[in-house]
Amino acid sequence: MSSLTPTADQNPGSFTRAWSGRRRWPVLSVAGGAIASGLVLLPLAFLLNQAGRSGWGEVSRLLFRHSTAVLLWNTARLAFASTALCALLGVAAAWCVERTNLPARRLWAVALVLPLGIPDFVIGFGWVSIDPSLHGYLAALMIMTLSLYPLVYLPVAAGLARADPALEEVARSLGLGAWQTFRRVTLPQIWPAVLGGCLLVTLGLLAEYGAFEIVQYQTFTVAIFTEFKLGFDAAAACALSLVLVAIGIVVLGGELTLAGRNRGTGTRPREGARRPSSAVALGRLTVPVLAGVFALVGLALGVPIGALVYWLVHGGSTTLPSASILTEAGHTAVFSAAAAALATTLAVPVCALSVRHRNRFTLAIERLAYLPQALPGLVIALGLVSFTIRYALPLYQSTLELIVAYAILFLPLAVVGVRAAMVHASSSVLEDVARSLGRRPVTVWLRVTLPVIRPGLGAAFALVFVSSATELTATLLLRPTGVNTLATQFWTYTSDFSYGAAAPYAAVMVAISAVPAYVLSRRVSALARIGQS
Amino acid sequence: MSRLAVSGLWKGYGPTRTVLRGVDLDVAAGGLSAVLGLSGCGKTTLLRVIAGLDRAERGTITLGPRTLEGPGTYVSPEHRGIGYVPQEGALFPHLTVQENVGFGISRAERRGRAVGELLEMVGIAPLARRLPHELSGGEQQRVALARALARRPDLLLLDEPFSSLDATLRNHVREEVHGLLSRQGVTTVLVTHDQEEALSLADTVAVMREGEIVQRGIPEELYNRPVDSALARFLGAANLIDATFRDGFAHTPLGVLAVRADPHSSMPAQGVVMLRPEQLEVRALDGGQDTTAAAGVHGHVEQCRYYGHDALLQIRPDDLNGGVGADLLVARVHGEAALAVGTAVSVLGHGPATWVR
Repeated sequence: MSSLTPTADQNPGSFTRAWSGRRRWPVLSVAGGAIASGLVLLPLAFLLNQAGRSGWGEVSRLLFRHSTAVLLWNTARLAFASTALCALLGVAAAWCVERTNLPARRLWAVALVLPLGIPDFVIGFGWVSIDPSLHGYLAALMIMTLSLYPLVYLPVAAGLARADPALEEVARSLGLGAWQTFRRVTLPQIWPAVLGGCLLVTLGLLAEYGAFEIVQYQTFTVAIFTEFKLGFDAAAACALSLVLVAIGIVVLGGELTLAGRNRGTGTRPREGARRPSSAVALGRLTVPVLAGVFALVGLALGVPIGALVYWLVHGGSTTLPSASILTEAGHTAVFSAAAAALATTLAVPVCALSVRHRNRFTLAIERLAYLPQALPGLVIALGLVSFTIRYALPLYQSTLELIVAYAILFLPLAVVGVRAAMVHASSSVLEDVARSLGRRPVTVWLRVTLPVIRPGLGAAFALVFVSSATELTATLLLRPTGVNTLATQFWTYTSDFSYGAAAPYAAVMVAISAVPAYVLSRRVSALARIGQS
Repeated sequence: MSRLAVSGLWKGYGPTRTVLRGVDLDVAAGGLSAVLGLSGCGKTTLLRVIAGLDRAERGTITLGPRTLEGPGTYVSPEHRGIGYVPQEGALFPHLTVQENVGFGISRAERRGRAVGELLEMVGIAPLARRLPHELSGGEQQRVALARALARRPDLLLLDEPFSSLDATLRNHVREEVHGLLSRQGVTTVLVTHDQEEALSLADTVAVMREGEIVQRGIPEELYNRPVDSALARFLGAANLIDATFRDGFAHTPLGVLAVRADPHSSMPAQGVVMLRPEQLEVRALDGGQDTTAAAGVHGHVEQCRYYGHDALLQIRPDDLNGGVGADLLVARVHGEAALAVGTAVSVLGHGPATWVR
């Protein structure tokens, strides 16, 4: 590097940078960022508003009753146990696939990620439909662990594929055994990935409704849903939601604290200078490890898919859903596409601001955009319901409300997708070169910036689309009367135990979301292959 | 062809960091000037300010008859007519070689022969339809150069253009680019941290240190008459020897040497002179010889770096208090004259020596 030319990124908190040369405040980006922040804050504000309306006495009576304590205990013990199990399974599976001579490693690398492509409530459905006696804590623990462990596996596998194998080789040459090397060299390198994965698992658990309803396990989310939908008690639902938000924020804070304590993750090896990681020979352990990985994939992927196929083949003769599935698929596609377009559009100004005009204000906008990650869909839906009922009644249970809810809920995914591309487009001097070649800023944006970030926009759109298409909880609350999506129609049939009729809906959802799961797993394998060639 | 004149350029980031402190630079029309400095000295910022990508707080930039930057004047980058080639080339990844080169010119020009001619000129015509990631580092650099030249800029700015290339390729591409630029006669500013590159390519060199130009001149002048000892060392290996000045000569343990004096200030009685390694003459001493009889500084070879065509010897003087003023002497000798480590030698200097502060 020839110089220490300060870039905007090195100067957080300074507004002066914004006025040098090309960097003037872009009115459009600021407006877009403000809209995104407003949308994220809106449901929270009205949750507080609703709870405040019922008064502190009422809220405290709701919160400090015995059933709340039971809910807290149920939620906490499941979150702890399931997160720990996911961490264990995810790290172990990732290490076996990325660092040993396990047979058929590339096959397992894909198969282990695929459960991510099956909505949790479909995995729950798969298990309960073959064993109706499954219910309660252990059933919930098993189903959530099997559907969420890929959230740990995926980042850890990617981290292992990216980590410099030379470090492990040096450790071995310094006399450490395979286990010692893993504990003292490998684990510290992948620790941020493990923590990040665990955070996603815990937040996913807090937000889950469908799977717990199927196995009749009461957590906060299930109780909130029941209070609102069946008890019509909006005040109680909002009060409980606030507890859920508080738990989410505590989890988020805990992750940040733990991750902050972690020291540097080492120097990156130069691209191209990376050598193959020497695989640990499993030897006599090959068969047990293979059996373990096979069992994991069988339970997480085989059982739900098997159940789906069974019900598709055997259950459908009398209750074949005929043409109606096309209607629901159409609704799902339109809602999801609109939400994906909205979320991606909002993510562009958020990322443009935080990448190019880095200061306290734009950083706050970016952090706010990540906040919905810690907010269950149910909470966002409740907040929007409180708002529309009171101030915008025509919008209550309208298509627009549902689409906005999806967009808020999955804004973090869109930001993740767009941000990396924006950093790439801005850190390279492509735009500067284009200016010096005689092009005006607008032309530069259209001919250089937009084409360069297009893959990021595509990824963001796909992520939001898929997540919206398989969303159940918020959809149940917000969908226009008489309109069904694939998820809600599936849910209606499942609640009636019409498994045969439900199966085709699940199959379509799995087909939609398996694609990005597969792409994700391929990306990790590609990383690993670079390491090996 | 236009002359570039930069004067009194100041640029800071916030109240605490000043990156450019009154930089002056003058490049003759059609000339190639190198700005030489370490990482972080502000040389890339200087290029960006000249290109109009960053704004200076004070100072003026004129190119030919036009004032680009000055009190009340700021010409935006797209209207400056300055070609800018950043470090990694920064080719547009979504455009082919041909489209990259044609990016800055009008549609009519793109359809004509212009792009093809440019590609031929830089020797990459067969690669016209490739995408940037399918090119080697040297090829990318040439495309970036062709893209900047396509608009027939009045001035070309090159930011460490060869540093991303490996050593063998670097010399080759460097020669080619140099030939190309002198044929085109385009005024060029090249920024580099490689003193060899600066000295061998440029007509004039400006050395930059912490945001200031500390010395400007032709390469020989910089090498032989650095303004201070730090600069002397930066431009190549240097022996700094204690000397007493008398009758216009420097009296040193290495001999009595002619001095290049500074015409602007009078010399003190005592001081330091610089001798480049090639100005030292090294003789091996036979074991039987009376070593005290041989002239010069006596010492032993401590290290010998053999480069084939020549060799660099590090010699430790036997008598550290003998007034040499340096712990180690560095001498460049012919490759055939390389000496084994431990050989006893005597060292003599050849003038003219340069008085340095």
